[in-house]
Amino acid sequence: MKNIKTLRLIGLILFIASVFIFIVTLFIGSYSLTELVIKDTFSSKSERVISTFTKVAKERGVLGKEIGNPFSFNDEITSLLEEYNAKITKDIEIEKGLSEEEINQIFEKTIQGGKISYSKAVLESVFQNNSDKIKLVDEATNWMYSSTKNYGKAADFKNDFTNKIVDINRSNAQEFLLYDNKYTKFDIAKAAVTGPLKENKKGYLFLTFGLGIIGSLVFIITGLFLEPIAGIKNNGIYLSEATNRGWVALFVFGFLVSFYILLYFCPYYIVNWTNIVDPLKSMFKEGERASQWFLYGILYCVSMIVMGIRMFIKYRHNSYQIVRTASVLFFQIIFAFLLVEILPLFDLPGVDLKNAWPLDYNFVTDWNVKQHLDAGHLGKFMFVWSVILSLIVVPVMVYFYGKRWYCSWVCGCGGLAETLGDPYRQLSDKRLIAWKIERWTIYPIFVFAIIMTIVVGYNTYNIVYNPSNVGDSTLFGINAYKINEIYGFLIGSIFAGVIGTGFYPILGNRTWCRFGCPLAAYMGIIQRFKSRFRITTNGGQCISCGNCSTYCEQGIDVRAYAQKGENIVRASCVGCGVCSAVCPRGVLKLENASEKGRINPNEILLGNDVNLMDLLNQK
Amino acid sequence: MEHIVIIGNGISGVTLARHIRKNSDKKITIVSAETEFFFSRTALMYVYMGHMKFEHTQSYENHFWKKNRIDLVFKRVEKVISTENSLQMEDNSILKYDKLVIAAGSKSNKFGWPGQDLKGVLGLYHKQDLEVLEDLSKNAKRAVIVGGGLIGIELAEMLLTRNIPVTFLVRETNFWGGVLPEGEAKLIGRHMLEHHIDLRFETNLKEIISDENGRAKAIVTEKGDVIECNIVGLTVGVSPNIDFLKGSGIETNKGVLVNRFLETNISNIYAIGDCAEQHEAIGYRKNIEAVWYTGRMMGEVLAQTICGNKMQYNPGHWFNSAKFLDIEYQTYGWVWAKPKSYEKQFYWEHKSGKIAIRISYHKETMEFLGINIFGIRMRHEFFDKVLTEKKSVDFVIENLKQANFDPEFYKHYEKEIASQFKNEFPTLKT
Repeated sequence: MKNIKTLRLIGLILFIASVFIFIVTLFIGSYSLTELVIKDTFSSKSERVISTFTKVAKERGVLGKEIGNPFSFNDEITSLLEEYNAKITKDIEIEKGLSEEEINQIFEKTIQGGKISYSKAVLESVFQNNSDKIKLVDEATNWMYSSTKNYGKAADFKNDFTNKIVDINRSNAQEFLLYDNKYTKFDIAKAAVTGPLKENKKGYLFLTFGLGIIGSLVFIITGLFLEPIAGIKNNGIYLSEATNRGWVALFVFGFLVSFYILLYFCPYYIVNWTNIVDPLKSMFKEGERASQWFLYGILYCVSMIVMGIRMFIKYRHNSYQIVRTASVLFFQIIFAFLLVEILPLFDLPGVDLKNAWPLDYNFVTDWNVKQHLDAGHLGKFMFVWSVILSLIVVPVMVYFYGKRWYCSWVCGCGGLAETLGDPYRQLSDKRLIAWKIERWTIYPIFVFAIIMTIVVGYNTYNIVYNPSNVGDSTLFGINAYKINEIYGFLIGSIFAGVIGTGFYPILGNRTWCRFGCPLAAYMGIIQRFKSRFRITTNGGQCISCGNCSTYCEQGIDVRAYAQKGENIVRASCVGCGVCSAVCPRGVLKLENASEKGRINPNEILLGNDVNLMDLLNQK
Repeated sequence: MEHIVIIGNGISGVTLARHIRKNSDKKITIVSAETEFFFSRTALMYVYMGHMKFEHTQSYENHFWKKNRIDLVFKRVEKVISTENSLQMEDNSILKYDKLVIAAGSKSNKFGWPGQDLKGVLGLYHKQDLEVLEDLSKNAKRAVIVGGGLIGIELAEMLLTRNIPVTFLVRETNFWGGVLPEGEAKLIGRHMLEHHIDLRFETNLKEIISDENGRAKAIVTEKGDVIECNIVGLTVGVSPNIDFLKGSGIETNKGVLVNRFLETNISNIYAIGDCAEQHEAIGYRKNIEAVWYTGRMMGEVLAQTICGNKMQYNPGHWFNSAKFLDIEYQTYGWVWAKPKSYEKQFYWEHKSGKIAIRISYHKETMEFLGINIFGIRMRHEFFDKVLTEKKSVDFVIENLKQANFDPEFYKHYEKEIASQFKNEFPTLKT
């Protein structure tokens, strides 16, 4: 017993050490922008980009300079990109565009004595034999010729003309511009980082992921010997700093939220983390380097597997929990991770085939659809499958089995919530007010998702089948790219990621599923009104103890139904089965059965006077 | 507007109040000295074990009471002045009523043992008991629990979660031997040993010994064994909490005596729940039923009477449930520890020794009479119907699968049970 406790402590220490090392790795090594790095990063761009960028870097004194931390380095890169873009625009302007002098000449020739006469002849006389430039300006401004348009004031003409020229210059420079966004900066940082970690990725992989897995498994598996008798062992959950919003929970909360913010918005600060998993990435494709999404995928799978093992041990007496946990692990590892990595090796889109609309909010974006259409018959089939999944499989399965078939058996978000999030399930808010808030968030988000899908889908349809109708990509005055971006930022990143997972230790493990997920809303409506699924209450056996409500991750006040002898039929129930598992009196059972009598409000519970029950329950 | 005052905010009183509110517009006041709001007494153990917070044991949010116009008075009732239709409270204030319902519950039994009032000695019934236990648990080396019933094993389970070793004194030769037949009692006994509970059968408490500070430091058994301990749990049953009724004119015995309409000898005073005592027992039931379910049922029925639809307390088929550490127990109908003359029993136990059922039936008519179930969940509705329709034992064995209420993917035992039944009773047609 004592040895096991020591071993358990060692496991915990190893795990904490691995987390500590993982955090420290962010500050290991330095960043150095060399010519090689620039070549490497912009290998798909033209030679001119590389040479100009190198030149600007050299002028700024950044080239080859070692910078100790990712924060200062990325500050440098931000200014560098700005300067580069200014320079290349200027260069191109001189080369291909119109110089100030040329513009003034055109103005002089056009505006004579207050009269404006602008025609192709003006251009020909200014540019002489430079037919390229004549063509360029002609194409852009022929609508301003005096034969078609009458300018009353010189200022108006000048204004229109200058604007047009700015456009021309900009579009000339377009192909050379570098966007100052997280992707560019991530690529630069990833190539620029040097140091011990980059030299010994496998070693760090062991020190972080390796130690973390070993430590947590030792901790979890020794628990089996300390609690050798199977059963519900929620002992001390509300006495622990980790699971009752104590200081441990606050630390985990801080870590998770920071992680999601870095992952979604500043991946260029965490290139070292992605370097750690490079050896795993190259198992799929030799020499490939891991992106932040690959890192996330690995972390996701590792967390789910380790915490899934914890679930297997915790619920070893409960077959429903074991089968369900095995199922979410299967779908995460095979569908959400491996297939996403493997499909592109066969020139197919690397998508998660179990991800149904509207949880998959990029389903009808032009790039996604084009990616499928360009990938042959199989690619097209994959697109059709997504449609079938979302519009036929989802509702039919919800009718037969309730939304649990997805939320608790298949879904990745649900899978993480049910494994990594299990220690936090009791933190969900059970109050009536929380239920009200839930309905005011999840359904509007579903409506938002539908509107976004229509606008984006219409734009995609035009792009693919009707290019002349694309216009400015708007429908009902809503821009397709804009709404997609806003949705992705607010719902996809902030809600699903930062709040949904980051807030596990504070708000419980299903915040996203309960308050945000549009797919959950969609399935919930079907589950509530047209489904065979319910949680049956066993006659009059409830003792109102409250374990069911406490451990409902969706914040359903299960007891409120059970103590009235009433079945639980709720849109939000994800069918995790934990209310039934923790019930000390065998009162609750998840069932699929006839729709008749599914909703059975009772005033008098089974076991009392038969006449009274008839009298009050039938009326 | 008629004013209904209910003493006690347990399951009986609160059920009554809710049902009166559903059916009428009467003014309702609930008086309690234990807690301000209703909580589930059965869940106190989970608070101590850290499964829940105290607020989770409260079935209704605090705003529920105001919304349903149920007034709560958090005071102790000193006495009932029935001649003046009023209650005198601890602060000497007076509360007038038109109808009074006594639903004051129980208190833990103490049988006059020397040292039973020392510090460190407690029952487990009230919220205050839990607070005392929490305090005692710091630095406790061992606990001794006296009395082999449901509350005793709950207390043992609680203490084990805080790594406090438990010695359990049981008067009978088996655990809960007065209620459980030998097979089941032994099954639970084995499970307790597996949890390292130091079980002492046929052992009675003689006295509790004090240390110099008036704290319990050891107990002595009737056999003369001395067991050192810091906590002594007295869980030898409960009895009605009716001391405050002395001199009120309300007729009492062990509990408040009531007829089948739950009326006392005074026309506008009723009693329900743990503290009510039937003049004559109903069927095989006890005169005083200190059970969650019966308390609730009395509340449901009395609400009808008070709202003008006079109705007898007429409980249906007996049922009950409990959880012994990790083993769930349900019972429907009557299965006697010592079979009655007309009764025959069939017992099946799984080889794991943790799952079992016992079916009782009439040896001549073959009518199914009741079932004890351990480690399998079964449907209340199924057995209620079977008992009402007086089905035969072989009908039950044949249809046992319909009764199963275990979660999906659980192993089923109906075939194993049926085949053993067939072997033991080859003459039956099953």
